[in-house]
Amino acid sequence: MNTPLTKKVSVATVWLDGCSGCHMSLLDMDERLVELAASIAIVYGPLVDTKVFPQEVDLTLVEGSVSSEEDLTKIKLIRQHTRVLVAMGDCAVTGNVPSLRNPIGPEKLLKHIYLPHAPEEIVPRLLPRVLPVHQVVKVDAFLPGCPPSADVLYYAITELLAGRVPDLQDKTRFGK
Amino acid sequence: MSQRIIIDPITRIEGHAKITLQLNAAGKVEDAHFHVTQVRGFEKFCEGRPFTEMPSLMARICGICPVSHLIASSKACDALLAVQIPSTAVKLRRIMNLAQIMQSHALSFFYLSVPDLLLGMDANPAQRNIFGVLAQHPEMARDGIRLRSIGQQMIELLGGKRIHPAWVVPGGVSEPLAAETRDQMLVMLPEAREITLRALAWLKGALGRYREEIASFANFPSLFLALVNERNELEHYDGFWRLISSNGRCVADHLDPHQYQNYIEEKTENWTYLKSPFYKPLGEKEGMYRVGPLARLLVSERCGTPAADREREEFLSTYGEAWTSSFFYHYARLIEILYAGERMEQLLREPDILSPRVRSHAEPNQLEGIGVAEAPRGSLIHHYTIDEHGLIQSANLIIATGHNNLAMNRGVLQVAQHFIKDEHISDGMLNRLEAVIRAFDPCLSCSTHALGEMPLHVQVLDVAGEVVDERIR
Ligand code: SF4
Repeated sequence: MNTPLTKKVSVATVWLDGCSGCHMSLLDMDERLVELAASIAIVYGPLVDTKVFPQEVDLTLVEGSVSSEEDLTKIKLIRQHTRVLVAMGDCAVTGNVPSLRNPIGPEKLLKHIYLPHAPEEIVPRLLPRVLPVHQVVKVDAFLPGCPPSADVLYYAITELLAGRVPDLQDKTRFGK
Repeated sequence: MSQRIIIDPITRIEGHAKITLQLNAAGKVEDAHFHVTQVRGFEKFCEGRPFTEMPSLMARICGICPVSHLIASSKACDALLAVQIPSTAVKLRRIMNLAQIMQSHALSFFYLSVPDLLLGMDANPAQRNIFGVLAQHPEMARDGIRLRSIGQQMIELLGGKRIHPAWVVPGGVSEPLAAETRDQMLVMLPEAREITLRALAWLKGALGRYREEIASFANFPSLFLALVNERNELEHYDGFWRLISSNGRCVADHLDPHQYQNYIEEKTENWTYLKSPFYKPLGEKEGMYRVGPLARLLVSERCGTPAADREREEFLSTYGEAWTSSFFYHYARLIEILYAGERMEQLLREPDILSPRVRSHAEPNQLEGIGVAEAPRGSLIHHYTIDEHGLIQSANLIIATGHNNLAMNRGVLQVAQHFIKDEHISDGMLNRLEAVIRAFDPCLSCSTHALGEMPLHVQVLDVAGEVVDERIR
């Protein structure tokens, strides 16, 4: 690339327990991705090959809820290294579909689907309850929607880049 | 000393996964595991919910191919209602499914794999992504963005929303197609076709640089399974299963996918949470099969549309003997995008496509329903039972990515053993291990609808293909 990455606003995207629909909605910004690429650098996330979360990230968009011990460790680490952390989509904001398993509990769930005994060795252990991101770490902005539309995401990102907290009141809603 | 290498996370794939390699004292790859690391549980938490919620709920399994889940789920619900849905509704559902194949294949090809194919498997990892492509070959990145966008816009025009539209419903679709909308859709298709032909021309030219990858990316015999129509052409919505061997011989034909339990056995053992499906009549060893775009292209006798058929012919006459390599999934994906565009155009021009009769209404008349369709990544099955109030009693899902599990694992091992000769392992070598997974384009949001991290059973084969080691963990 022509300009060094450090000059741009660094952005990470993270996928916890979600369906990837929020990430797909990010891609639905289409040609606006090209425009954004001039001012931001995606430094971590499913689309790029960085394996370790960078030391300092300006903006992190989190899709999905916190469902396993691995998610928990990951999101705490990410919070430490992120300036502005955004809960992107209903799963991150409320727990949404993944949290439908909460009344059942992880043991019964795994037993039902697979085997008489639950996995223990390699499986990242499920948390007893699926949690929205803000119950685990501080969240700076919430973007409801399942998924939030590309227009909403674009608006929110450009507002955040301008240093404002996006006002989404009449732009999106839960489940939309 | 033996050594373990972990690639975590695998990037540019649709999901959460790791690869582990076990090297022996001499630095040779002894073992390779492909782990998927997410737990969801749709089969369990849908129990007790009204069946009418299923299409919208099940779509949340996956944001990349939600339309396939909408369709397979709605077809299962049609079976519960025991109605025949209006023929226009079938055509409209088909169009949406094809639009999704276009956008999903464009995602896989341009966003996830072109960085490897254009910048090189050994390119600087910091730039080996769609933004790196944008910086160095902006026209290619823009083509990809545009093609995916056209598929997504078609879905939005039909269903009101690009991701998780609520338009496919039990009994048909919720809204008929308006004439202006149809015209808007038709206008976009020529551009999609041009982009796809450009990408195909480029890929054909580039394949010469990837001889080693073609030779080693899951290049081994297996069965191939896909739906075909009554003329043995590509089919993504109805039809019957056909199964061929890697030399093209038809192994089974006219299999009714609703009888899937007779043909597919899912192996569950206490050492793995992954159900590994295989073709039941041939048993686990001989019954390994692959699904998805390459399988569909090989299993059918023709695509059924002119441009796609020309490309299919050229592919088979150039590479016919090497078609067992999963590297060709990329090629097949582009041919299928071409087909999707041509087929959508045909369907949009059908005389009854604007008919207002698009939904059949009924109360449930059956307590069990099965819906099958071809998702971008292969055959997808939703199977529900309900009680007399229409509440879900049980749900079983067989997901496209799962079918390829046995082949993906063997593919990772094959690549590892081909490229890694000693303990000096470069980034490019590790990237190839991820790239073989990318060729299959697994959708792990889908396959982990119910999975935990999956410990795997890996067999180490010697050059003659004999099992020299077997690992279970
Ligand atoms: S909010 Fe909706 S679209 Fe986003 S990850 Fe959750 S289910 Fe998917």
